[in-house]
Amino acid sequence: MAEPPFLEARDLGVEFTTRSGASARALDGVHLSVQRGEILAIVGESGSGKTTLARTLIGLQAPTSGEVLLEGAPLKYSMRGLRALRRRVQMVLQDAAGSLNPRQTVYESVAEGIRLHGLVDRSGEQRSEADLVAAALSEAGLRPPERLFLRYPHELSGGQKQRVLIAGALALRPELILADEPVSSLDASIRGEILALLLKLRQDLGMGVVVVTHDLGLAWNIADRIAVMYLGRVVECGTTEEVLSRPRHPYTKALLSVVPEIDYLEPVVLTGEIPDPSRIPDGCRFHPRCPQLANGEADAAGVADDCRTVALPVLPADGNHRVACHLDAANEPMRAQRARE
Amino acid sequence: MGAKRTWASFRSHRSGLFGLGLLTFFILIAIFAPLLADPESIEVTKATGGVLEPPGGGYLLGTDENGRSIVALLIWGSRISLFVGMLATLIAMVIGTLVGLASGFFEGWPARLLYRLTEWFLVIPFVPLAIVLATVLGRSLINIVIVIGITGWASTAMLIRSQTLSIRERPYVERARLLGAGRWHQMTRHVLPNVMPMVFANTTLTVALAILAETTLSFLGLGDPTRISWGTMLDAAFGVGAMTTGAWWYIVPPGVCVVLVVLAFTLVGQALEEVFNPRLRER
Amino acid sequence: MTETLSTSHLLDLRDVSVTYRTSEGRLPAVRGVDLTVSPGEVVGLAGESGCGKSTLVSTVLRLQPTSAEVAGEVLVLGQDVQTISWGKLRAVRWAGASIVFQGALHSLNPVQRVGKQIAEPIQVHEPNLPKDVVEKRVEELLEQVGLAPGRKRSYPHQLSGGQRQRVMIAMALACKPQLIVADEPTTALDVMVQAQILDLMKDLVRELGVGLLIISHDLSVLADICDRVAVMYAGRIVESGAADQVFSDPLHPYTKALSGAFPRIGDPAARYAPAGLKGDPPDPRHLPPGCSFAPRCPLAIDECSAAEPPLVEVAGRPVACIRAGEHG
Repeated sequence: MAEPPFLEARDLGVEFTTRSGASARALDGVHLSVQRGEILAIVGESGSGKTTLARTLIGLQAPTSGEVLLEGAPLKYSMRGLRALRRRVQMVLQDAAGSLNPRQTVYESVAEGIRLHGLVDRSGEQRSEADLVAAALSEAGLRPPERLFLRYPHELSGGQKQRVLIAGALALRPELILADEPVSSLDASIRGEILALLLKLRQDLGMGVVVVTHDLGLAWNIADRIAVMYLGRVVECGTTEEVLSRPRHPYTKALLSVVPEIDYLEPVVLTGEIPDPSRIPDGCRFHPRCPQLANGEADAAGVADDCRTVALPVLPADGNHRVACHLDAANEPMRAQRARE
Repeated sequence: MGAKRTWASFRSHRSGLFGLGLLTFFILIAIFAPLLADPESIEVTKATGGVLEPPGGGYLLGTDENGRSIVALLIWGSRISLFVGMLATLIAMVIGTLVGLASGFFEGWPARLLYRLTEWFLVIPFVPLAIVLATVLGRSLINIVIVIGITGWASTAMLIRSQTLSIRERPYVERARLLGAGRWHQMTRHVLPNVMPMVFANTTLTVALAILAETTLSFLGLGDPTRISWGTMLDAAFGVGAMTTGAWWYIVPPGVCVVLVVLAFTLVGQALEEVFNPRLRER
Repeated sequence: MTETLSTSHLLDLRDVSVTYRTSEGRLPAVRGVDLTVSPGEVVGLAGESGCGKSTLVSTVLRLQPTSAEVAGEVLVLGQDVQTISWGKLRAVRWAGASIVFQGALHSLNPVQRVGKQIAEPIQVHEPNLPKDVVEKRVEELLEQVGLAPGRKRSYPHQLSGGQRQRVMIAMALACKPQLIVADEPTTALDVMVQAQILDLMKDLVRELGVGLLIISHDLSVLADICDRVAVMYAGRIVESGAADQVFSDPLHPYTKALSGAFPRIGDPAARYAPAGLKGDPPDPRHLPPGCSFAPRCPLAIDECSAAEPPLVEVAGRPVACIRAGEHG
């Protein structure tokens, strides 16, 4: 029997009640699995639910339906259960600048996790707290680490702050790190270094990484697999090559086409914006903005009614290239035929 | 932000420095009162001057109705005024900070209850409550301190609460949660240290108000009759009809002293608020 | 003194330098920049934090802080905005040239309806205009930027990020300027919304014949919309030229790094190979000797630190690098 995935989401749902009383489904049924040492990119725009998904995976948010499993065992949301989870799964939050306590030195920020989990006594290598902090900062690319011990966050550059946060997470020696938009607030020229660091963590320490981002180029740079989200659901998933070189969902295609660095797709600029999660459209949730419904392709394939009225099932996280689209399903026999030829 | 940087930042506020200088002046007077004015000079029985004499003839600011030097009274009065102000503020700050932190940080009915309590105390009019409490508790120094503390903590609690609510949402508090911190750790290691600067700034402003409060209560005759403060001086002046007889040297000096001390604390407090304002800090 | 419109440039920056007077000394934020924008032209200014681009933008309408000293000429519609009288400056502000500011969320007054905010510059410049005429213009502007006219009654928080940015653009168009400066107009917007806003700006330039100066740290955004692009580093222009040329064949090592920062999706060479520069953009207070890019440059040699390389023509466009065009 195959080893269970390291971290898994089963039919995960998170529902909020808005101030006006409506219920908003930030996450509306997601299957996800992350293998050991894998780099997964969760891609989507704001309102897609990607950040909610990340926060639910690490227990900051309790799901209203479905469950999160760590090595096959469901998460326990008790204090002890969550602490045990956080020793093995860590997260770097979206706002790098705000994530560091302005009154704490770099040393204290990195040592915090070490102290909370009492790692100094347990390491058994006679390594002091300062050694562990220095090691974490070094691994995050800040060398020599001692030079930064007494600095305050406002004295650091954006890139340095991000590395300190990564060091703080590394200090706990997690097996998986979630990074929410790790480079979007940083200058373009240092983007590469931070991404290279994430790759190095997988290479040297066997750490898995889940990156939440709107940047498809980032996924192309470092991700093994990718899951594209729209309005609380995964609409396409597979290996990065599959999804980005041969996208099948109309939303993925549109997203890719507007990336300036793409040359093999005609730009398709969608109108409007992602609808409010309290007003999810019927049928396929993307149908009001779908260019292939608007231009008649769906009609020609006979699935236009389905697009408007029949909801699509939650995509399984089985590692294959999966697409939540009626049109794609209708074209499946043709594709399989072409593959056989 | 370390103490050195705080001081460097404070130094650039000229008004704050002026206020600090003024404050230091008054505090030194209070501390060195025995050296500046002979303790005997304020004893009614040992008064040497004439009754309600205007300034001149060895008495810089004239004398009161008992023949005591106004200057000596001012010097000794500073002790009570400042002492009561500071002690009452301490009580108000401790209660206010605890209640503000708790009602801001926790959820559920205990927090809401504390909030309602704060709101209630906030709207109670100070003078009537003070009069009632003073009448019930009696006229003594400690009771004045208690009265001011009880009526003063609510505004501090409100300020601390809103600051706590804002800091609670900051990413670094959530990061602590992520690293495995419990609520106590989050509150003491992250929320409290970032709230404390506001507390300091607010403290100085509260002292100003407390001194004003003591002066008011003493002026209304609720203070300790055996002690001298600037407020009791005003009460006595009023009592002997200094207003109508034109004995300005009895009324104006204590009033001016109160104004100056309150001004000093206010300037320092405002400068501190600017120094500690998080928006200025995160450049 | 009348400035003859000897050139048809809407914006003509001539050797502009901006130095801040700070408690720690003089901070050279901009060091000798030449830049022009003509009608109907879209010019891009690429650069990261600390390169001086925001400071440069602030000089266009004399909005720089009082601690900033400006040298050189900032000619807007032929007049040097730094030296003209206050009255003439007011006429230029918004009616001659306008700015779309960064961070639309914080640039809009949260307690005023957006219609009122768009109307404000119109009322300032033409106070005698009857109210209904102003209202009509506001509605026209909203339509022009792709919003329903009824949106004029919305408050900023009721609008999405993309919609707010459109409101900012409508405001910038309010007094029919000839030159528009957009400071990071698409940063913090989603990819799809970014594409929409860029399309909108392209259409507006075409329809109205305005000149547009766009500032961005995303070189690929600029390549999409600009005719010409200039790359700024540590207060100076290090490369400029036709946008597609600069993007496809960067000559300065910094431009190369910037354009390589965002990979071509589909390119197998970019898989697991993120490209970036070591170090951080330089602090204007501590600029390195010689070429300010040398510490981070993969092609740096000793001569680079000796003197600041001047802008010289290489392959038909100005580049400030003694090893321009060489590959590492």
